Amino acid sequence: MTSLAIAANGLRKSYGDKTVLDGVDLAVPEGTVFSLLGPNGAGKTTVVKILSTLVTADAGDIRIGGHDLAADPQAVRGAIGVTGQFSAVDGLITGEENMLLMADLHHLPRAEGRRVAAELLERFDLTEAAKKPASTYSGGMKRRLDIAMTLVGAPRIIFLDEPTTGLDPRSRHTMWQIIRGLVSDGVTVFLTTQYLEEADQLADRIAVLNDGGIAAEGSAEELKRLIPGGHVRLRFTDPAAYRSAASALREATLPHARTGSRGGTPVDEALVLRIPSDGSQRELRSLLDWLDSAGIEADELTVHTPDLDDVFFALTGPAGIPAQTKENVR
Amino acid sequence: MSTLSLAVRDSSTMLRRNLLHARRYPSLTLNLLLTPVMLLLLFVYIFGEAMSAGLGGGADRSDYIAYLVPGLLLMTVGSTTIGTAVSVSNDMTEGIIARFRTMAIHRGSVIIGHVVGSVLQSVVSVVLVGAVAVAIGFRSTDATVLEWLAAFGLVTLFALALTWIAVGMGLVSPNAEAAGNNAMPLIFLPLVSSTFVPLHTMPGWFQPVAEYQPFTPAIETLRGLLLGTEIGHNGWLAIAWCAALTALGYLWSASRFDQDPK
Repeated sequence: MTSLAIAANGLRKSYGDKTVLDGVDLAVPEGTVFSLLGPNGAGKTTVVKILSTLVTADAGDIRIGGHDLAADPQAVRGAIGVTGQFSAVDGLITGEENMLLMADLHHLPRAEGRRVAAELLERFDLTEAAKKPASTYSGGMKRRLDIAMTLVGAPRIIFLDEPTTGLDPRSRHTMWQIIRGLVSDGVTVFLTTQYLEEADQLADRIAVLNDGGIAAEGSAEELKRLIPGGHVRLRFTDPAAYRSAASALREATLPHARTGSRGGTPVDEALVLRIPSDGSQRELRSLLDWLDSAGIEADELTVHTPDLDDVFFALTGPAGIPAQTKENVR
Repeated sequence: MSTLSLAVRDSSTMLRRNLLHARRYPSLTLNLLLTPVMLLLLFVYIFGEAMSAGLGGGADRSDYIAYLVPGLLLMTVGSTTIGTAVSVSNDMTEGIIARFRTMAIHRGSVIIGHVVGSVLQSVVSVVLVGAVAVAIGFRSTDATVLEWLAAFGLVTLFALALTWIAVGMGLVSPNAEAAGNNAMPLIFLPLVSSTFVPLHTMPGWFQPVAEYQPFTPAIETLRGLLLGTEIGHNGWLAIAWCAALTALGYLWSASRFDQDPK
């Protein structure tokens, strides 16, 4: 059995009377990628800030790289590297100067510092931009510089807080490759993300953070088994048709009803109903037949495959959904 | 590495970073230098007649230059440290500060880098304003080497004190504009000191305020060192103010910086 790179028990944190974390337990084995999933405001960043010694927890035992965070934060800092959600580069100086600054703060001898800086700039495709101020970099370049700076100290445990939020698809894939490269070097990666796909691509273990606690934890496959498939969305343009369809659905037992399924759920003010469905041809056909016989005619029908919304739908129950659901049709 | 050598090494790295900022973006420093230089020229060439009459005893314009320059040199320090408050506040909003906090570096080095950088900038600014003063006729021929050294030491000490206060102001301010406003007293106080007019020309009720605020004792001491006027108790008062402001600013800044960032 490998030892734990990150172990946290009973993590609590409130700001004023707002409880952000209410007893979070985490265990990340060495050399693995652990992904913390959650919507905006779930407390992902707070977890990273606490684990990376930036803010202190109200309660909880934390061990990082074998060091007790409360007793010896400097030892923890020596073991970790952090790339935050907001670019932690010095925009006023050049990319190269940022790298050399990190080399100096890691107390590398001058020549070695220059070598490491040049190597990392090369590896992250920043050599050409090295002499330009970091503030002129694009979002993807800043994020790459950010990670390059984190790697100067060759940390064994790396925290990446939403490393791909706001990046275009190409930059996102570049970032994924960078992260995979880190893992193959045996580094432990703690990754937060809003994207199920990202966690799916990268993580060995995924934990879903919701309402200050871990709602579920497991491998991507295990989590997907928790999700009751996707759903079908019915969009109406006529409010009256929407209302009658909604009431018909509320009473109805769907042809393919699962345990716990209570028919359609009105989603929001947008005249949309969602019906649980795995999107298979057989289910769709029976659903369409049923809709016909119930006299429901939607103006638009879309098939929705499982994503983070659905994870939360499954994990937090219907009550929590209406306000948070957003259109995310593939 | 011992704590002290870690502190020195990391602080000098941070100092290099701040000096790089100042060199790369000199406009803030230069703008702040403009205020004392403009005031110097304004009060000598535009208001000079009236101001020298205010000194009494048939003083002329060159006497007024001599009177004005020591106060203006210390006003230069005040003006430069407004820039410190602004740049500290700016810096704290940068993600890189969060990065520094998660690194195994000396905790105070970020602040110490700012303080040392700002004191150096203050001293350079004072030298530049002093050069303008000499160019328009300021002379300090009677001062001995020892007095020059003491004057230099006083300016440095004064810069250190105001810088620590400015750093504290920068740390508590939510943004650069607020920092600039919060630091206004640093440029306002020299206006109500003995910089421009002698204390005895001010209303009686105000004289004690002007006399015992931080700038006046330092100005009177610098005047004494450069021009040979009476220093009296002002020397000790100036040192006491510097020590008190340094200690206060240091404790304030340190406790502020140790708090969890928002």
